[in-house]
Amino acid sequence: MNRKLMIVDDSNVIRRLIERCLAGEAVEVVAMAGNGVEALEHFRNWRPELVTMDITMPEMDGLTCVEEILAVDPDARILIISALADKPTAIEALKRGAVGFLTKPFTDQEFATAFAELLED
Amino acid sequence: MEEHEVQAFIDATKAYFAQMTDEPAEVGTPYLLDEDSTVLDFTGVIGISGTRRGCVYFSTPRALLEHILTHLGEVDLSEDTLIDLAGEIANTLAGNVRKDFGKDFLISIPVVIQGQPRRLRALSDSRGFVIPIKWKGIRSCLVISLDSKV
Repeated sequence: MNRKLMIVDDSNVIRRLIERCLAGEAVEVVAMAGNGVEALEHFRNWRPELVTMDITMPEMDGLTCVEEILAVDPDARILIISALADKPTAIEALKRGAVGFLTKPFTDQEFATAFAELLED
Repeated sequence: MEEHEVQAFIDATKAYFAQMTDEPAEVGTPYLLDEDSTVLDFTGVIGISGTRRGCVYFSTPRALLEHILTHLGEVDLSEDTLIDLAGEIANTLAGNVRKDFGKDFLISIPVVIQGQPRRLRALSDSRGFVIPIKWKGIRSCLVISLDSKV
């Protein structure tokens, strides 16, 4: 059975790129969001098990959104996909409950590796 | 700006094209920004705050964006998608240099200017640098204009 996933990024180009990278994975993209507020609303409606999350977004940033989502469902698994390449930000994301951090730009292989970790329970 | 700081942007630019397109970009010698610096079809602008103040912008002709989108498997080459990608490239390059500039190098969400503005003035007292980029024979540029460390 496919696992439900939500893609959060303020760039539609990146949302669609991630969607294409997921071809062949046992997941169903149930929602996409362009900012943290929209993501939280979709999360409450769709309850995806998996989330890919950008950080720099309007309305609500991705790090805040990670905390908000985990307050709704502590079992949600969230992979940060961000251009912010400094280690303190990656560490902060993990402290807030994300399970992985992938820096943009990424290759297909880097995405596959990071996504495999997201799927691990 | 110090030389190693400009180099961080050059490295980020090279990495972007190498990773996103599998084809390296030629990055030329940076030069000082002047009043007549060219602004191309789409310009993604990132405001910088925190330990530095100013802006970073990536200016590109339409053809480069269309090539990258096609390479990424994107079939929608509409104006909205081109604007989106111009902003995303600027965001990625500015975000990637936090590896060198630190977490307090704060970047805004992108603003994209389409076409030729009458004037694009950098939001910084210091003179900016232009990093010329050539990829698939198409010329674009990254402009960095940052004040000294706050």
